[in-house]
Amino acid sequence: MPYIDPHVHMVSRTTDDYARMAEAGCIAVTEPAFWAGFDRSSPAGFFDYFRQLTETEPKRAARYGIAHYCWLCINPKEAEDIGFAREVISLVPEFLDRPNVLGIGEIGLNKNSRNELVILEEQIALAKRFDRLILVHTPHLEDKLKGTRLIMDALKNAGVDPGRVLIDHVEEHTVAAVLDRGYWAGMTLYPDSKCTPQRAVDIIEQFGNERIWINSAGDWGQSDPLSVPKCHVEMRRRGHGADLVAKISLENPLAFLGQCPGFRPLG
Amino acid sequence: MTAPTCPLTGPQVVDLYFMEHRAKLIDVAAFLDRLDRTVAPGGHADVRVRALLRAIPLLVDGHGDRAQRILELLSDHTTAPIPAAHTQAALGADPATNY
Repeated sequence: MPYIDPHVHMVSRTTDDYARMAEAGCIAVTEPAFWAGFDRSSPAGFFDYFRQLTETEPKRAARYGIAHYCWLCINPKEAEDIGFAREVISLVPEFLDRPNVLGIGEIGLNKNSRNELVILEEQIALAKRFDRLILVHTPHLEDKLKGTRLIMDALKNAGVDPGRVLIDHVEEHTVAAVLDRGYWAGMTLYPDSKCTPQRAVDIIEQFGNERIWINSAGDWGQSDPLSVPKCHVEMRRRGHGADLVAKISLENPLAFLGQCPGFRPLG
Repeated sequence: MTAPTCPLTGPQVVDLYFMEHRAKLIDVAAFLDRLDRTVAPGGHADVRVRALLRAIPLLVDGHGDRAQRILELLSDHTTAPIPAAHTQAALGADPATNY
């Protein structure tokens, strides 16, 4: 069944992963700008990263029939140094009109610090200024509940339309608030943190299938770029039909991402 | 009464998932046993282990929403941003909570 993995860091994955994802039915990926596992030593490192996301990865994906889209920003883990972060943010506008760029992301918080919040607010303002979609990273583990609330408050204070924001990495303790406030919600399928495929299906069963999607967030750490089709298997073995799989992994991504005029993975 | 949102019957859920969760339960037990056998003590006092032990009774307290309640137990419940981030990593339990 064709599907979209709306959050996966293919710069950290091998070409074999593109091949396996294509064999499993993946027709499109969207790749947020993120932390590379180390702090970059200069804004120039981000300039090259943005070139990789907008020039190299689309070509690599296309060899397997996968449409590649991306999001640009400075991630919250490298946002503590406000001066450094502002230099990176200043690079983003010149890339925004490239054909595979969807919007600003994954912005958010990591340790919920004051400086992270300042940079989050400035990147929300950037998205508003250029009328772009927003993809939000919520913090890890014990910091997620507080961070999710701070992020939603910052978005509300900025007057952002919740329907143009996807708040990612929701779990059982954050999903209700995200959906209740009108945002889209993403569930990330990881082996040890975030959601397992089983828990993601539990959440869909309890909170419904509107304004929600699943993603692998495959990257350089423990992760599985095939976790999305594995979650489809989990849906089917519980007796859910192909319509639910299509709703979560095709129709919902198409509806949210389709708000960006350049997002046309089906041609 | 929790709403019946899972399309499977109770016996079907047990058949599908029991072995997986039996293994996870034994993993928790073996982890605690391993802490007992360490060459130097200190593991049991770690906030993460204390939080884990506080979470276990929630599994059998007879109330629903166990996953949500455990995640909330492990969370930072303060509301103000911290002055500065001195680390990029998270622990898995709130270091300021007296578990």
